[in-house]
Amino acid sequence: MMIKITGLEKKYGRIVALSGVSLDLDLGQVVALVGPNASGKTTLIKCLLGMVMADAGHIVFNGKDIAGDVMYKRNIGYMPQIGRYPDNMRMGYLFSMMKDLGKTRTNGQMDEELITSFRLEKMFHKPMRALSGGTRQKVSASLAFLFNPDVLILDEPTAGLDPMASEILKQKILLEKQSGKLILVTSHIMSEVDEIADRIAYLVEGEALFYKTITAIKAETGETRLGQALFHLLNQAK
Amino acid sequence: MNKIVKYVLHDIFRNRILLAYVILLALSSSGLFLMNEDISKSLSSLLTVMLLVVPLVSILFTTIYFFNSYEFIELLIAQPLERGRILSGVYFGIGLSLLIAFWLGIGLPVILFDGTTVGWNFLLAGSLLTLVFTSLAFFASVLTRDKTRGIGTSLLLWFYFTLIFDGILLGVMFAFSDYPLEKLTIFLTCLNPVDLARILVLLKMDISALMGYTGAVFDQFFGSGNGMVVAISVMLAWVIVPLVIALLIFKKKDL
Repeated sequence: MMIKITGLEKKYGRIVALSGVSLDLDLGQVVALVGPNASGKTTLIKCLLGMVMADAGHIVFNGKDIAGDVMYKRNIGYMPQIGRYPDNMRMGYLFSMMKDLGKTRTNGQMDEELITSFRLEKMFHKPMRALSGGTRQKVSASLAFLFNPDVLILDEPTAGLDPMASEILKQKILLEKQSGKLILVTSHIMSEVDEIADRIAYLVEGEALFYKTITAIKAETGETRLGQALFHLLNQAK
Repeated sequence: MNKIVKYVLHDIFRNRILLAYVILLALSSSGLFLMNEDISKSLSSLLTVMLLVVPLVSILFTTIYFFNSYEFIELLIAQPLERGRILSGVYFGIGLSLLIAFWLGIGLPVILFDGTTVGWNFLLAGSLLTLVFTSLAFFASVLTRDKTRGIGTSLLLWFYFTLIFDGILLGVMFAFSDYPLEKLTIFLTCLNPVDLARILVLLKMDISALMGYTGAVFDQFFGSGNGMVVAISVMLAWVIVPLVIALLIFKKKDL
């Protein structure tokens, strides 16, 4: 088991973000975190990355509890929902800085495939503040894959990407899955989830309502379109 | 951590505000030195300027820079780097650049025009003051959630240490003027890094006689070698304690 989450709870003041989420995530698959807005998806991801401290529960990464640890992040590539970078930094400098900071994470084997396929090199001289939202997303995606980590956490990866770039990214996700990685994505676009994901973890009000393979969901409901299948399933749950 | 310091320095040296700070300091210090025949008079005028400007710029610049590089900090936190190292890296980056700015703007002119022990004491006090207010800015920034509140808290701290504290001190001394207050005043002075910096300089200037009886007691206490050590140690505590508290809060903070 790569990631084992048990009974994760988090409150921001009175607002409950997570109320006892438990999930087991294995290597070699794409898991989609799906759920309505404010259902705790981003909080869950931030807990996984140690950016938010959970009030209760455990996250075990590759057999080790992540509480008080940072070294497990060597095996995680993270693409935030909105990539924000130092305004005055040039893109090329950002990449060389990140490579420098993560030098020990790989044996010099960086995965620069996305930088090339997004054609980012020709924008290396531009400062980050001058980039469009979509270009920043491309930078975030390239940074997430850069160190060839076992686990990729992508928060709404294709939101804001042009169709071409979004296709490149999806191909990359599938390729990395085949090489045995765990990819955790959040998305609101069901057709996209259907395309890339194997399993869905459905979060509602900070709880995992269900955690099933897409094939199982479709078989259970008799629907061929994932969006419709989910709709059925959720209506039954009510 | 060294790498983080390096990247923060790289970023700050492109900052025009820091350059403006150097120019402001250089203009006021060389202006005061050139206008006045008596170097020690210029130095005491410069002291007044320094005690206002250095804390204000240090605390405001640090707070604004901290919130502007929040994205950078978030980016680093997703990497396998410890929070303590990230924050202290940013601290040393900002502290170092403010120190460099101070030494360029005030340090060089003071050494060139004065160059006496008073001058060196002046620069020591200014450097410590820079670091104290950088630490206080970190404390204020970690406590607050957004830039506006951070800047507000920082300004309040500056107001407190440069104006309000002295007012309270005067009030206490006035109200209890029938009692011997010398020891208490020495203790109370230690609660304000700006006053400590002032004393570090003034006591080397032979004008402590102007401060009356309390001044004499101060001279006895702080003017001696031991008193200097105490004053410097207390200043260092003012650097370290807010920074350590900031680190402890930051380690548990949700981003």
